[in-house]
Amino acid sequence: MYDIEIKNISKQYGDVIALNNINIQVRKGEIFGLIGPDGAGKTTLIRLIATLLVQNKGEIKALGYDTISQFQEIRNKLGYMPGRFSLYQDLSVIENLELFASIFGTTVEENYNLIKDIYSQIEPFKNRPAGKLSGGMKQKLALSCALIHKPELLLLDEPTTGVDPVSRKEFWEMLSKLKNMGITIFVSTPYMDEASRCDRIAFIQAGEILDIATPDEIISNFDDKLIAVKSDNKYKTLQDLKTLNTLRYVYPSGEYIHYVDSRKEYSISGIMEILEQKGNTNIELKLIEPNIEDCFMKEMMVRANERIIH
Amino acid sequence: MKELSIKVSNLSKRFGNFVAVDNISFEVDKGEIFGFLGANGAGKSTAIKMLCGLLEPSSGNAEIAGFDIYKETEKIRKTIGYMSQKFSLYEDLTVAENIRFFGGIYGLNKNEIADRTKYILDWLKISNLRDVLVGSIPLGWKQKIAFAVSVIHNPKIVFLDEPTGGVDPITRRQFWEMIYLKSGEGITIFVTTHYMDEAEYCNRISMMNKGIIEALDTPENLKAKYSSVNMDEVFLKIARGK
Repeated sequence: MYDIEIKNISKQYGDVIALNNINIQVRKGEIFGLIGPDGAGKTTLIRLIATLLVQNKGEIKALGYDTISQFQEIRNKLGYMPGRFSLYQDLSVIENLELFASIFGTTVEENYNLIKDIYSQIEPFKNRPAGKLSGGMKQKLALSCALIHKPELLLLDEPTTGVDPVSRKEFWEMLSKLKNMGITIFVSTPYMDEASRCDRIAFIQAGEILDIATPDEIISNFDDKLIAVKSDNKYKTLQDLKTLNTLRYVYPSGEYIHYVDSRKEYSISGIMEILEQKGNTNIELKLIEPNIEDCFMKEMMVRANERIIH
Repeated sequence: MKELSIKVSNLSKRFGNFVAVDNISFEVDKGEIFGFLGANGAGKSTAIKMLCGLLEPSSGNAEIAGFDIYKETEKIRKTIGYMSQKFSLYEDLTVAENIRFFGGIYGLNKNEIADRTKYILDWLKISNLRDVLVGSIPLGWKQKIAFAVSVIHNPKIVFLDEPTGGVDPITRRQFWEMIYLKSGEGITIFVTTHYMDEAEYCNRISMMNKGIIEALDTPENLKAKYSSVNMDEVFLKIARGK
């Protein structure tokens, strides 16, 4: 049973192709992550599912209803949190919440248990105008408003962009709780590390889906031998690695540099020796497991047929 | 002897009863990449505004490239560069027009602007984008161009406020290579970010929480001190500690 079925969807704005033949199926009760950078087409896809845009080609069913001919059915059962704060800035916290409840023919009291964990954190400020809340509080109010009519499906457009790591972690903990209440969640994010919080993810880049799988599958499908390198002077080491003629690709990744050789079989100590000859000191080299970002970057590079990152 | 680029002593800013920045002190060396981290609302933006000479402190002192943040704000503004996620370039001007505009703002003459325009287009290999409207350029590239423009006048210090938010992972790394290059040329980099892998690229990091600087050290030492495997963990421990 699928809560979202996206079939051969394409969307153009004038000459610009925002989405090119997208196919995704989201299962009931899962957290599905749409992972990709700014401009990849994430917002367009979410707006199509939310019945706010009309595609040029293909069809979408949300909760079994067609997004064009049966949009009214979908809107009653859908919770949507747009990327930009779209609540009424001059209404208070509680006024915004009551407004959303009454639009959907319910009351704050009726579904309070659903939003309790989130809303209780902003309840002390319930008489403050929404426009005067901090970023983190606005986010919590927007989520409360998206949930107040007890939706079966929740669409979240980059809920954690610009949010610090602590608040991001708390937000994902809240999403897990909502999932346990049986709500299907479709969420987009530019943060690769959030992918591991999802049941399944789709990588999206320049309007195309690069891969759809569970985070574990994506990592186990990565078949390159990935080497992490560290030294006293990471920038010099990076530049030196770029000059190797056996290089496939290399880029900095946090504390380490990630390096992949074009040969299938070779010894790591050979790379170590070359780096030493070039004057790098205190070198550490080890074979590692990729993270989600490594997998995404590889997909991007394979598509772009890019051998080296300049 | 190390040359100091930023010197902050007991700097505070109060808005009514609210203390946004609470008696912070630190120093940044010339050419250092200094990561200025903290949760939303920790006081980072207020501190940056004071250091750029845009907001008068309530108390304390600071020198930016040797200039006093009370009396020499005009000189500070000519000595620094600035870019952020929210504001970088004018979308309805072309790349070349943006370079000319900001070059003029930073006091470059016509010949200098022509030289620097060529330098930026060659550096980023974007001669083909010269007459393209900035609004039609993807975010990551826009941010790379904005960084190049923010150092067009060879400032002593450049302030980067979440410059890579939402940028794809490949372009984010290209951005940081640009930072490394300019740091190597002696420009001090003062940068904020929510990407904890980027925190690892900094020489030193300060972690701000509720207006005070809770920790300041190299990424290596911070990880050791907080028994953490990465900066994400350090951040969580500090921000949730109290």
